[in-house]
Amino acid sequence: MTQLWDFSGGIHPPENKHQSTSRPLRRASLPEWLALPLQQHIGEPAEVVVEVGQRVLKGQKIADVTTGMGVPVHASTSGTIEAIEHRPVPHPSGMDDWCVVLKADGQDEWCELDPVSNYKQLERDQVLARIRDAGISGMGGAGFPTDIKLRTPRDRKVETLILNGAECEPYITADDMTMREQASEVVAGMEVMAWILRPARCVIAIEDNKPEAIAAMRAAVENTQIEVVAIPTKYPSGGEKQLIEILTGMEVPSGGIPADIGVMCQNIGTAVAVSRAVFKGQPLISRVMTITGDAVQEPCNFEALIGTPVSNLLQEAGLDTGKLDRLVQGGPMMGFTLTTDAVPVTKTSNCVIAATASELPPPPPEQPCIRCGQCAEVCPMELLPQQLFWYSKSTEFEKAEHLNLFDCIECGACSYVCPSSIPLVQYYRFAKGEIRQQQAEQLKADRARERFEARQARLEREKQEKEERRKERARAAAEAQEKKKAEAQKAAKEGDASDERSAKAALVEQALARKKAKAEQAPASSDQGESGQVEKPDIEALEKQLAQAEGKLATMEGMLEEGREQQADNVEKLERAVAKNHDRVKRAKETLEKAREQLSNEPTAG
Amino acid sequence: MWTSIIIAILVLLGLAIVFGGLLGFAAERFKVEGNPLVDQIDALLPQTQCGQCGFPGCRPYAEAIANGEAINKCPPGGETTIKALADLLDVEPEPLDAEHGVEQAKRVAVIREDECIGCTKCIQACPVDAILGAAKHMHTVIESECTGCDLCVEPCPVDCIDMVTVEPDIRTWTWTPPKSGLIATDRQGASA
Amino acid sequence: MTEYLLILVSTILVNNFVLVQFLGLCPFMGVSGKLETAMGMSLATTFVLTLSSVCSYLAYTYLLEPLDLTFLRTITFILVIAVVVQFTEMVVRKTSPLLYRVLGIFLPLITTNCAVLGVALLNLNKNNNFVESVLYGFGAAVGFSLVLVLFAAMRERIAVADVPVAFRGAAIGMVTAGLMALAFLGFTGLVAV
Repeated sequence: MTQLWDFSGGIHPPENKHQSTSRPLRRASLPEWLALPLQQHIGEPAEVVVEVGQRVLKGQKIADVTTGMGVPVHASTSGTIEAIEHRPVPHPSGMDDWCVVLKADGQDEWCELDPVSNYKQLERDQVLARIRDAGISGMGGAGFPTDIKLRTPRDRKVETLILNGAECEPYITADDMTMREQASEVVAGMEVMAWILRPARCVIAIEDNKPEAIAAMRAAVENTQIEVVAIPTKYPSGGEKQLIEILTGMEVPSGGIPADIGVMCQNIGTAVAVSRAVFKGQPLISRVMTITGDAVQEPCNFEALIGTPVSNLLQEAGLDTGKLDRLVQGGPMMGFTLTTDAVPVTKTSNCVIAATASELPPPPPEQPCIRCGQCAEVCPMELLPQQLFWYSKSTEFEKAEHLNLFDCIECGACSYVCPSSIPLVQYYRFAKGEIRQQQAEQLKADRARERFEARQARLEREKQEKEERRKERARAAAEAQEKKKAEAQKAAKEGDASDERSAKAALVEQALARKKAKAEQAPASSDQGESGQVEKPDIEALEKQLAQAEGKLATMEGMLEEGREQQADNVEKLERAVAKNHDRVKRAKETLEKAREQLSNEPTAG
Repeated sequence: MWTSIIIAILVLLGLAIVFGGLLGFAAERFKVEGNPLVDQIDALLPQTQCGQCGFPGCRPYAEAIANGEAINKCPPGGETTIKALADLLDVEPEPLDAEHGVEQAKRVAVIREDECIGCTKCIQACPVDAILGAAKHMHTVIESECTGCDLCVEPCPVDCIDMVTVEPDIRTWTWTPPKSGLIATDRQGASA
Repeated sequence: MTEYLLILVSTILVNNFVLVQFLGLCPFMGVSGKLETAMGMSLATTFVLTLSSVCSYLAYTYLLEPLDLTFLRTITFILVIAVVVQFTEMVVRKTSPLLYRVLGIFLPLITTNCAVLGVALLNLNKNNNFVESVLYGFGAAVGFSLVLVLFAAMRERIAVADVPVAFRGAAIGMVTAGLMALAFLGFTGLVAV
């Protein structure tokens, strides 16, 4: 007898499984069109690799994920790609997402398949690549890419491989029927996984309300090392962490994954998909789905193609639209209401409940919390639902997170037992969403701050560089000036002008020298002028200055014309120089005029 | 009698001097430099650097708040930021000061590339360098880095920048809180 | 030894300064909004109470009594308390600027906390020696902290509960404090002090 432990809490809701297990597994009929969502897994949405109008075969890859985590999507039947557009997908928001719409041609023609007879001769990585190329992701509800899950790092070896056949949620019987009718495929798939992981122990756990499944699996695992264990029926013993506690007595650390303690759980459907991918070369294109509820006449399980509209399956099960009140995807505890029946079957859809009004009545209004503590007694993760409720309600998210809000598996046991009908799980989902959003915004704000500071630093740096360059240029200009002066002085002394520039510089030097001489004379002459003699303006010198200025202006104007014709860079500079010279000419003229006036007004020196 | 009064006064004086000396020494010993509170406040602000609060960036506003400025001046931060600041500083949260703007849905800038003349005026205006481009080359906004501060809209000489609301996507969708009208007076208050 | 234990039990529970002797209600109601601030405040008050109780005793025994100036005890104790609070303020400002800003005006208001002056004065009536004075002050502080922290924890929960509009805020706080005082009445007669 295998030793079993128990997890704290849990509830025993009415099972409602007998309705859909009385009939054998049915193959759903081929639909007219299929909608294949590009994201049926955790990670990045897949990118389409086919075009509208293209004919595809059954099992052909139509979308793949190239950057980031994800698995490819395959055509579930042969046909033509009708459109790539937004279509309703099963999601609690009721929103649309990108889908490839495939119009079936009715022939159901397979593409070329590549089965492997002896996978053990391959490398581990090759088998994992096959699993990825087959588009296999977790079919229990989360949709984590199976190849990544099976590719555990070397320091975290998996010692216990568990196949989760518990199926604890009421109404859902998909795994039950799979185990009854496809037991050998389940075991084959598990053996592939065990070969990849090499665990010390392989267990298939089944709740004891499924005796036929237990018997079928026990028969299938004969001559293997796999154990089939019947566990007591309790909701939510099918939760990964709860199942691990039941089978091994170990708890998955808060915020961690089962691989941290050397355990791995896989879904029954995933095992079947792995088996088909390896032994038949078939990608994941169909799954078992339960159609149940009082509004259908023949509730049963369908082996349906991925992408089949749920409305087709409901019709096949004999839906009575008069009785139908609500469509629920998933189970009554963790499922969500569908806004339309046009949603497709995805890799993670396991059940649709077509409920009548009396079967799943609208929830009674929320009443004040009476602090009875029932919720804490049933919580399988040993959290404090009442406190989480108060903090989520008053949006004190820090405190909620501190009380391990993110360890909540949203099983709904607390909401189920609440005497005040408080929708506890809705509060937790809201709180989790807000916290995640805040974290994303904080990340974005930090990035923005970094970019802002980097920009400030860049502007600072550019300003400094400009300063540096300006100083450099000023220094270079000063040096050049010095050099020119020295040369000009030399030229003036030797009277030898080597080129036009130095000649000009020489002239400038001479002019400056003359001015200096005059300045020295002026105080001397003013000394003499104590007798009241006004200094005689030197007309000659002024006339000469005017002539020089006019000459310079002519030269500059000439250069400006040249510059304008050639569209040189220094056109602005030349314009300014011309303007300066204009001013100089004007001033020289004015001074000359004034001097002439003065002379004419002055009484002749006596 | 006088002696006792004088002794009393002297004793009190002596005590005061001794204690004063002690406190003076302690003041030197426990001197506080800088203001680490500003960093904590800055960490809560949304870093759009838009200037709608009246300060040239988020850090100056953080410094002002540390010196007593009102906490309700940041429209991009909205209610969440006001509440977070109120929690940090243990003051009452106030509603957003409408003088500085209203809280809007998240927006990003989009350049209509047909009309862009490549003048780089918007690039110079963007406080987080979220616009890619060069002089006489096409400009475009890097959507993931744009904070929606709309400082680039003004400088554009051909008015080719739009502020587009980011539509909710199936991937960014979150649950809404359950509505509960438990307390009768709350319900009345809500409808009033 | 039992003497000291009795002093502690008496000051912490039986004659709790806040709920039984109704001293120090100002910070009790004012700082008990959040648990973190309450804990910070209780630490500050513990430090102030113990230190000022000791200093007051010393000042009285070795300064005022020998010089026959016992009539100056009130003003001397206030001086001592003010100095200790100033010192505490400086230490808090240095070690935790956030706590400093959050406590705000209540930190210097410890000076006017009647519990602090009350402890210093009531200590004299008991004719305690030095060690007993220390324990008296420390016990009073622990009692104050205990009640402050308990009350803050309760107020945090009440803040998010469905309180009728008329009772929200200080009103329900007062009612809760009254109920707590009733509970502490149960300790009467436990220790004959």
